[in-house]
Amino acid sequence: MGSVVIDRRGFELLIAALQSRDYKVVAPTARDGAIAYDEIGGVSDLPAGLTDEQEAGSYRLWCRDDDALFGYAVGPQSWKRYLFEPKTVVFRAQRVERVGFVRAGPSDAAPRYAFVGVRSCEIAAIGIQDRVFLGGSHADPHYRARRDAFIVAVQCGEPGGTCFCASMRTGPRAEAGFDLALTEIVAGDRHEFVVEVGSSRGDDLLGQVPSRPADSSDLGAARAVTDSASERMGRRLDADGLPERLAAVLEHSHWDQVASRCLGCTSCTLVCPTCFCSRVSDTTDLKGLEATRTRTWDSCFTLGHSYLHGGSVRSTIRDRYRQWLTHKLSTWVAQFGTSGCVGCGRCITWCPVGIDITVEVQALLAPLGPGRPTVSPGAGAPVEPAAPAEVPR
Amino acid sequence: MLAERVSEPMEPQPYRVIEVRHETADVVTFTIEPTPGIASMDALPGQFNMLWAFGVGEVPISLSGLRPGGVLVHTVRSVGTVSEALTRLHSGEIVGVRGPFGRGWEVETAEGDDIVVVAGGIGFAPLRPVVEHALANRSAFGRVVVLVGARRPEEMIFDEDLLRWAVATDDIAVEVTVDAAGHDWSGHVGVVTELVGRARFDARHAVAFVCGPEVMMRFATRSLQERGVPLGRIRLSAERNMHCAVAHCGHCQLGEYIICRDGPVFDAARLLPLLTVRGR
Ligand SMILES: Cc1cc2nc3c(=O)[nH]c(=O)nc-3n(C[C@H](O)[C@H](O)[C@H](O)COP(=O)(O)OP(=O)(O)OC[C@H]3O[C@@H](n4cnc5c(N)ncnc54)[C@H](O)[C@@H]3O)c2cc1C
Ligand code: SF4
Ligand code: SF4
Repeated sequence: MGSVVIDRRGFELLIAALQSRDYKVVAPTARDGAIAYDEIGGVSDLPAGLTDEQEAGSYRLWCRDDDALFGYAVGPQSWKRYLFEPKTVVFRAQRVERVGFVRAGPSDAAPRYAFVGVRSCEIAAIGIQDRVFLGGSHADPHYRARRDAFIVAVQCGEPGGTCFCASMRTGPRAEAGFDLALTEIVAGDRHEFVVEVGSSRGDDLLGQVPSRPADSSDLGAARAVTDSASERMGRRLDADGLPERLAAVLEHSHWDQVASRCLGCTSCTLVCPTCFCSRVSDTTDLKGLEATRTRTWDSCFTLGHSYLHGGSVRSTIRDRYRQWLTHKLSTWVAQFGTSGCVGCGRCITWCPVGIDITVEVQALLAPLGPGRPTVSPGAGAPVEPAAPAEVPR
Repeated sequence: MLAERVSEPMEPQPYRVIEVRHETADVVTFTIEPTPGIASMDALPGQFNMLWAFGVGEVPISLSGLRPGGVLVHTVRSVGTVSEALTRLHSGEIVGVRGPFGRGWEVETAEGDDIVVVAGGIGFAPLRPVVEHALANRSAFGRVVVLVGARRPEEMIFDEDLLRWAVATDDIAVEVTVDAAGHDWSGHVGVVTELVGRARFDARHAVAFVCGPEVMMRFATRSLQERGVPLGRIRLSAERNMHCAVAHCGHCQLGEYIICRDGPVFDAARLLPLLTVRGR
């Protein structure tokens, strides 16, 4: 299963081949001023010639000077909305005389998905959610039924301003977890895709598309795309020993400092591809004869999340931001055996006040005492600590 | 490569209420059995079930008794919508059950040792099976000491059991206390942790089982430590908001633990450091 090269027409045939095999093909599209996943009819629905600019609290689409189909980083959505849907009916029951109630659904016919344009960080994020939903003693049947999706990865050439997958060792190059992986090569008149094969069904599908074997210069060009992306990450995070280092700063005053900016809006948790919290609610029809149990995305930023009779355990924003950040980067490891963060940068971009996980970690772990770097709140320059603010006279 | 069908962990099974006992003004104990065709569960002391009031909601409730033939006992205090609906169940009615979940008290690992049970309020519910297990296997354990606290005499649950155990003085030492009482109360007044200091047991060869409000558990742990019981031999049952009980919903996290999966029973050496960080 050596790598091959296909051209743009070949890519169109690849999508058509997926469709002819009854896959519902979902891919990036441009919608409402952002890159958003949606079912596509064909390659013409992809955001050709667009790129994005991302910073803490800001996102813009711009035109590129080429026709690249994948020349942008991740948008606000992640594939979790297809595997772990925002709202799922998990159980339905009918009230019945004598036996009390009987199961009345749901009859969960999972769509047969093909995901096109899955980035390396997203494959890592799916792997993390696999451990949550399938790795324990109770598997989630809804997630399981969708998880068989056909995955066409796209290697990243254009990291976003808030990306730090290289720090988290989840990208930019996807090495596994896909059926096929494409590297888009756009140079002058050349518009081709180097395709790596990750599974036998990927190999099988590729057999339906005209291609030529990749030679060493093709492979070199593909490698150069991710190597260069690796060097242009917008953010960086020193991930070594983070679980222990963060566990030691639970009472740091910087938590109060973040809390003074955080709105508790939950945006960071909704855009995060690994966040898995959900709320389960029961309802009945008006006659009280049919009951429905629904699971909906929840967030640790809500007061209700930690509610116990008498009040919430995490009653302040400080408690809730601390829970979120330490869960992602520290306690997740003990709970599930991996970090809970893949460095996709979404929480930074989509935070309305520009709170930046990489900056907050740096501030929390900065050595105490004289010469301690000050990190200016919301500053979009996280790689180096910002210069100390001038003291007004 | 079609996904194998996985059973739905969120689906409750119908159980029938066969007995209801009003413990106090707001606490009810009910005995339930699986309806015909429903497999009975093998539950252990300290484990819990998710109990579902049809269409109202589902909450975690500990097992307060285990009877032969898959018959289960639960004791519920009415504090909100779902628990209130559960306390209104009548004999013959149906309740939905999912479980059992979590790591229990593992009483059998205390064989050969003295057993010290420290209970506060509704926290006595998950501890009753510990006492029942110890009495049913009496020769396997050393002294059995049961210390129970309630806010007022009329809020004391399982009073018939307490009386019965207290009468069998050779087998078990029972001490009760209330925070406040009128003149008709002749027993001890004060917090349950005070009883720990006076109780007769061999601290170096004892295992303590503690459940109650979080502050009570912290103070009880301290009193037990002062008596010389090592932290690793004190077991606590933790409580957090819970929606799924199968480690998917994220609500019952406490630091590195997911309580429905790793607990609810923990030894104090692991749990105490987490309970002492405010807002965790
Ligand atoms: C492992 C475990 C064992 C328990 N065992 C017992 C028991 O044996 N007897 C008993 O009376 N109570 C027990 N509880 C507490 C009981 O679950 C709560 O009193 C109950 O959830 C309150 O729900 P509600 O709808 O009546 O109240 P509301 O205040 O209306 O609660 C709304 C929602 O908040 C959540 N919630 C509120 N309080 C709690 C709480 N204390 N714990 C968990 N979730 C909560 C629930 O999801 C509930 O649906 C136990 C809790 C846990 C975690
Ligand atoms: S915490 Fe932020 S950077 Fe990390 S995976 Fe979630 S959204 Fe991406
Ligand atoms: S960190 Fe930002 S996105 Fe997250 S809850 Fe706070 S304000 Fe909202």
